[in-house]
Amino acid sequence: MKKKLVSVLLTASMAAAVLAGCGGASAPAAAPAAQEEAKEEAPAEEKEEAAAPAAEAGAGKVYYLNFKPEADPQWQELAKAYTEETGVPVTVVTAASGEYETTLQAEMAKSDAPTLFQVNGPVGLKNWADYCYDLTGSDIVNNLTSDAFELKNEDGSIAGVGYVIESYGIITNKTLLEKAGYTVDDIKSFDDLKKIADDIQARKDEIGVKGAFASTGMDGSSDWRFKTHLANLPIYYEYQADGIDQTDAIKGDFLDNYKNVFDLYITDSTCDPKELSAKTGDDARNEFLNGEAVFYQNGSWEYSSLAEKFTDDEIAMIPIYFGVDDANQGLCTGTENYWCVNAEASDDDIQATLDFINWCTSSETGASCMANDMGFVIPFKTAVESPNVFVKQDNEMTAGGKTPVSWNFTTMPSENWKNGVGSALTAYAAGTGDWDAVVTAFVDGWATEYALNE
Amino acid sequence: MEKSIRKYWPVFVLPTMAAFTIGFIWPFIWGLYLSLCKFQTLKKVTFIGLSNYTKVFEDATFVHAFGFTALFTIVSTLTINILAFFLAMLLTRKARGTNVFRTIFFMPNLIGGIVLGYIWQSLLNGLLSKWGMPLLALSAKEGFWGLVILMGWQQIGYMMIIYIAGLQNVSPDLIEAAEIDGATSWQVLKSVKIPIVMPSITICTFLTLTNSFKLFDQNLSLTNGEPAKNTQMLALNIYETYYARSGASWKGIGQAKAVVFFLIVVVISLVQLRFTRSKEVQA
Repeated sequence: MKKKLVSVLLTASMAAAVLAGCGGASAPAAAPAAQEEAKEEAPAEEKEEAAAPAAEAGAGKVYYLNFKPEADPQWQELAKAYTEETGVPVTVVTAASGEYETTLQAEMAKSDAPTLFQVNGPVGLKNWADYCYDLTGSDIVNNLTSDAFELKNEDGSIAGVGYVIESYGIITNKTLLEKAGYTVDDIKSFDDLKKIADDIQARKDEIGVKGAFASTGMDGSSDWRFKTHLANLPIYYEYQADGIDQTDAIKGDFLDNYKNVFDLYITDSTCDPKELSAKTGDDARNEFLNGEAVFYQNGSWEYSSLAEKFTDDEIAMIPIYFGVDDANQGLCTGTENYWCVNAEASDDDIQATLDFINWCTSSETGASCMANDMGFVIPFKTAVESPNVFVKQDNEMTAGGKTPVSWNFTTMPSENWKNGVGSALTAYAAGTGDWDAVVTAFVDGWATEYALNE
Repeated sequence: MEKSIRKYWPVFVLPTMAAFTIGFIWPFIWGLYLSLCKFQTLKKVTFIGLSNYTKVFEDATFVHAFGFTALFTIVSTLTINILAFFLAMLLTRKARGTNVFRTIFFMPNLIGGIVLGYIWQSLLNGLLSKWGMPLLALSAKEGFWGLVILMGWQQIGYMMIIYIAGLQNVSPDLIEAAEIDGATSWQVLKSVKIPIVMPSITICTFLTLTNSFKLFDQNLSLTNGEPAKNTQMLALNIYETYYARSGASWKGIGQAKAVVFFLIVVVISLVQLRFTRSKEVQA
């Protein structure tokens, strides 16, 4: 009897060890942090999915890996509305800011991979070209206002569609600008901007601000505004001058202008340039929201967070005047958000996904949610007009004969290139590095990275 | 009993073996295979042979990261173990409040690496900007010492607990005997205590060595390799190889780097184990 007890105990403890072993083993297998982040946001959706009325058998499902954290709540709402209307389960998971590629990488390897995901342009497409369903002839493509928003593979098949057009420039606090004795109309060129910013900086105590420009933060949450968005301008003007739209060797002809703008940002700033390496995107936004800065370089996607504090009359977006063709330069307008449908998904899921994106862009609920709640301008014939004041300004400027600056940063060779430029800019701002290092990272780095991509 | 165990051994071994295979052996073999391939996800894998490995050593950042990691490992292993041992000595004296102090020193170990990294980043940056020195992201030297401080703060408490356990194992008889023989407290430490706590030293150096070598979270959050990859350690370098460039071939190169990295860690820890084991004595 006793012996039996011993063996039962032994077996029990072995079984326990096995369970513990399983638990331990699955932990290291559960891969990168990004994946976990994604999971954290997922549970709510999974519940919804379970609660949703069981979809008709074989009707497929949609799993959207969303790129835009600022629009996450709206996407969740929209997904819910779609499920209520059609019974098709829609899961929306949003990757943490700056973690999209890592999250996508992890999610695509799973058996329940995203059916709808995003790439950021031709360079981003290189990773995922094999996974993109050819959208040629689909309703979503036919609904586009211009074929400029089609993202094509080398063989001409359509891998993605741009679904949101955005603009960026220098967001201006009109109230503070008027307090300083100027209006937005006084700024017509880089020289005007510099003169006014210098004046505001000199009289900052009198006006009651900390500086003309919100901090040019070079922390990872903010440095893309300069290493990617501002860096678009020298690339744009070079492409314009050479009549090209992509290159494997940039010459850097307009880097002096880039330097002038960057110098202006860091000199007429709310903080010492030495501290910029630690300043975040939130820091800059808060400075602008608190009226500590008059200017803030960012895009139309900031509208929803700024609208909480400012009325439409109080803010304006002006072009990032670059000192090249200021009289004609408009806002930087374009897209780096391309929807791709996962070709590896089952046919039902692909169909469900196509139906979903169609519904988002053409149904009343979908299109109005994208315009009014997310503040997007979508390049589809069925779009609803967006209340976003920056978007309206972009339209006015274009109507007034200005040329919008296209988004050429989608042709930047790699993340690694952007990081190299970012590091060099950070060091330059703090005085630990010189401008030549930025030029090297920009010009030589471009050629090196392009060669490595092949 | 014996007989039935002999008969039913698969019942006992197989579940654990299965878990080990699924959780370790199979992914490991896959990992080795992937280092010879070009791939974006595991669904589409193209075999390309050894060319990934040649690219690993052409990459100057990998070599730099290796040097930086090696230096960091040496410095942090020494500082962590010396300080932890010193604290353990202090906290095994029968003074008041030792338990409170042990708890306090141990607590940093309970906070996750990423969080710690960001907290220390603000702390150190605050101090540096007060002194008018370049911030962490701008100076490789500061980044290095920042990492040493951060790792020390996090790990000293943990190692201290292991050393305390070791020191409590030293029989008072031995110490008393040594003292009667006229040994000074330095001689007691050197010739009695250290040889007996040698197993603890083995395990502590092993842990700090491998932890420092494989460091990722803290490196990512404290400096993220800035300035210009000068504080990038091996694990972060591999991670960046995966994600910083487009194209399937980079995933394979990252995987090849990971295999090289694994071999280095194995060699270093085996050498270290052999070395410290050889110093262990039986009391």
